[in-house]
Amino acid sequence: MSWPPARRPGARRPEREYEKVAAPKKGRNAGAQSKPWRSLALILIAIVGLTAGMFASGQTTPRLGIDLAGGTSITLRAEPEAGQESAINKTNMDTAVSIMERRVNGLGVSEAEVQTQGDRNIIVNIPKGTNSKQAREQVGTTAKLYFRPVIAREAGGAAPTPEASSSPSAGSGKAEDTKEKDGKKDESSSPSPSATSQGRAVTDGLKADASPSPKASESKGSGDGDGGGKGDASDPQNSKLQAEYAALDCTKPDQRTTAGKGAKPDEATVACGQDSQGQWQKYLLGPAEVDGTDVDDAQAVYDTQAGTGWKVTLGFTDKGSKKFASITGKLAQQQSPQNEFAIVLDGNVVSNPYVTQSLSSNAEISGNFTQESAKNLANVLSYGALPLTFKEDSVTTVTAALGGEQLRAGLIAGAIGLALVVAYLLIYYRGLSFIAIASLLVSAALTYLIMSLLGPAIGFALNLPAVCGAIVAIGITADSFIVYFERVRDEIREGRSLRPSVERAWPRARRTILVSDFVSFLAAAVLFAVTVGKVQGFAFTLGLTTLLDVVVVFLFTKPLLTLMARRKFFASGHKWSGLDPKALGAKPPLRRTRRPAGPVETKEA
Amino acid sequence: MSKLGTLGARLHHGEVGYDFVKNRKIWYGISILITITAIVGLAVRGLHMGIEFQGGAVFSTPKNMSVSVAQAEEYAEEASGHDAIVQKLGDGSLRIQVAGIDTKASDTIKEQLSEDLKVESEQINAELVGPSWGEQIANKAWQGLGIFLVLVVIYLAIAFEWRMAFAAFVALIHDITITVGVYALVGFEVTPGTVIGLLTILGYSLYDTVVVFDSLKEQTKDITKQTRWTYSEIANRSINSTLVRSINTTVVALLPVAGLLFIGGGVLGAGMLNDISLSLFVGLAAGAYSSIFIATPLVADLKERDPAMKALKKRVLAKRAQGKSAPEPEPVGSGGLGGGTQDAAPAVVGPRNQPASRSRGRGRPSGKRR
Repeated sequence: MSWPPARRPGARRPEREYEKVAAPKKGRNAGAQSKPWRSLALILIAIVGLTAGMFASGQTTPRLGIDLAGGTSITLRAEPEAGQESAINKTNMDTAVSIMERRVNGLGVSEAEVQTQGDRNIIVNIPKGTNSKQAREQVGTTAKLYFRPVIAREAGGAAPTPEASSSPSAGSGKAEDTKEKDGKKDESSSPSPSATSQGRAVTDGLKADASPSPKASESKGSGDGDGGGKGDASDPQNSKLQAEYAALDCTKPDQRTTAGKGAKPDEATVACGQDSQGQWQKYLLGPAEVDGTDVDDAQAVYDTQAGTGWKVTLGFTDKGSKKFASITGKLAQQQSPQNEFAIVLDGNVVSNPYVTQSLSSNAEISGNFTQESAKNLANVLSYGALPLTFKEDSVTTVTAALGGEQLRAGLIAGAIGLALVVAYLLIYYRGLSFIAIASLLVSAALTYLIMSLLGPAIGFALNLPAVCGAIVAIGITADSFIVYFERVRDEIREGRSLRPSVERAWPRARRTILVSDFVSFLAAAVLFAVTVGKVQGFAFTLGLTTLLDVVVVFLFTKPLLTLMARRKFFASGHKWSGLDPKALGAKPPLRRTRRPAGPVETKEA
Repeated sequence: MSKLGTLGARLHHGEVGYDFVKNRKIWYGISILITITAIVGLAVRGLHMGIEFQGGAVFSTPKNMSVSVAQAEEYAEEASGHDAIVQKLGDGSLRIQVAGIDTKASDTIKEQLSEDLKVESEQINAELVGPSWGEQIANKAWQGLGIFLVLVVIYLAIAFEWRMAFAAFVALIHDITITVGVYALVGFEVTPGTVIGLLTILGYSLYDTVVVFDSLKEQTKDITKQTRWTYSEIANRSINSTLVRSINTTVVALLPVAGLLFIGGGVLGAGMLNDISLSLFVGLAAGAYSSIFIATPLVADLKERDPAMKALKKRVLAKRAQGKSAPEPEPVGSGGLGGGTQDAAPAVVGPRNQPASRSRGRGRPSGKRR
């Protein structure tokens, strides 16, 4: 967000203003008084402009946070692996955010937002209407990145793939051609001794089947399965996978998310993925050969030498490069699509490059990458190498009913607060309160408009603490008027008429307002920069309204008072104007000459 | 005009005035007493930290639950195996707090609860907090507090002077201690909302103090060029002249907070609004008090130790002793400073000082007399 930098100009201003006022005397009445209409026009233009902007952006209300709109908000904390404290840095956190965004939006949630907060937290906001439990599961689990050999691949749904760009498209028929070889290879490279049935049980499809397959056949199962095809009915699990593959329709979002769910890395599985044309494809994949954690580093680079455009370079750890060399060595001898390996993130195929030769520690993936797609892939790849795990720090689920109620309560509280302040001002300042109330309204309008615009602009969401901040700010805003009005009144008490009083009071009031607003803003800025979570939302509104307060006082209240001072109602000190010299106890001129010293001194007050 | 307006006029003319500075020892004493009470309360009773700081879960049900509190407590304890606190809020909804459970375990508890209470699980609001989250919020808040204090002290030291910075700092600590003490003594629950409120007090308390200091600085600009008033007396007048504003500001600041408190406490029963406004309410009151009774007298105290100010005081007193022989309506320094000195001054200065000197400030007439 853009306002910590804004603090600097703010920081200098009060001092500068102070210099100006400290040695005043001349030209005190100049500037400010001269063009009140201009300032008023300026603020009017600002309001109109912002309103137009608001309607143009299509967001006519501030975006509501989870606690007001209902939904689930999850705060995750990054935990570095032992000895890798430096792993918590911006790049890694951003990578993690982009991965989580993928996952949450994979649920078919359109408005879920994922953002970093502070230096080690990630906030995931999922609006209402989503299965919060499923969302939590998605976010809470650690991302799993695997390199799996492709056994079969075909267009995922009703729409046939016109062409797969990075690799020649192939049907499942081809996969069967080379089944023998493929099967053997997988068997040798990855024996899967573990209790696979456990992992499988999670898969929805298998639950119904409840296959009591013995482990012995399973360990081979994956190998057989690759080549076994439909004919191999003796292995129920394997045929199940085939059936699953056949039935899988990757164009359907719900199938995409469940496909291959719960698959163990050392088993074959099915998965979905988009090719570079954005077409969904389905895959039948062998057991994972290389883990995401084997990746040391991945970067998107522009190939200037060959001029082939963007590519992704990959570096592996020692262990990883051995595995990678072995798998690529085997894959290179295969035909398409079995010479491909799929990069599978969370059960989704993000890329399926084909292998032309055995590769060792360093590899590169080239193809029709744009800068963006190359960077995305590099991000995904390096995520596997992130030495971070994420822990749930807090999960807040707010039903839409409660959210609405809280919003209403906040609004009512604000209305009550505003009404009380207005009533107090009316009683105390009478006619003068018209200016104060008008200023408060302008301030409120500006706050509303800017909040609405900040929604689309920087993802600002109005939550309950932010509402509190805005309500508390009513006091700060009103105080600026009080400071100024009291100064004006002091001047009137000196026996001045209204117009000079307004002008004379301004420089001093201005300084006080700037100094005190600066302190208030400083508090908000520090809170915003340092804290996390709800405190931050509060600090943001407080800072915003403090800034607006300065704008409104300078561009609206002061010029309006200048103009009003010309009206007879105020200038003559009407009884109800709040500026009645008699009621204020102004010293009549006669007395003033008799005892001038008192007023002379207090004038500086 | 309202009474306050008239009071403003009288304060302005120095017709009335309370000698805040002279009676500072009393205020210091009171503040020290309150602070000690607060610290003792904090030490003995400790703060009642909310779920957010110990980790656990808060479930709240929809409105109009027929289940009784005791029964809900039973359900919750059965489901979680931990002690549960159940409150019934104004609108008939239940707020169930279970401390010390894992965020993972809370899911099953929620399911169980929804079954027992016969509410759909999606209808139950849940706030699950890991134990380190509250710690983190608190740590960050302390960190923010520290940074803010350092920055503000630096700023005030530059914009004003180090004595004011120091006094503002003391006043701030004073406010925070009192607020925290009230929380400890009354036993309000401390939540992130409380922390927010507490942090806002920082800004507000200073805001108030700064306005008084600003006036003080302006009035004491040419203090050494005159011999009529000591620093303390001018400081006192600054307080008096900004008193109306201080009262107004505090009232205007408290009104919206009162609105929040009313809605937060009365309608919603509990929650963020209530927590923020409660700590704000306590803190604002303390802040208004400290800027008038603590911060400014403290500055005066410190300033009077300055050799230049000591010399000034001597000169002023000498002048006054001299002036006593002259026809003076009222002895100086007798209680109400505002009234006394202001009436005394004209007697000395006489009508020679014409309004022309107004714009030149205090320096000129006093210069003449020397």
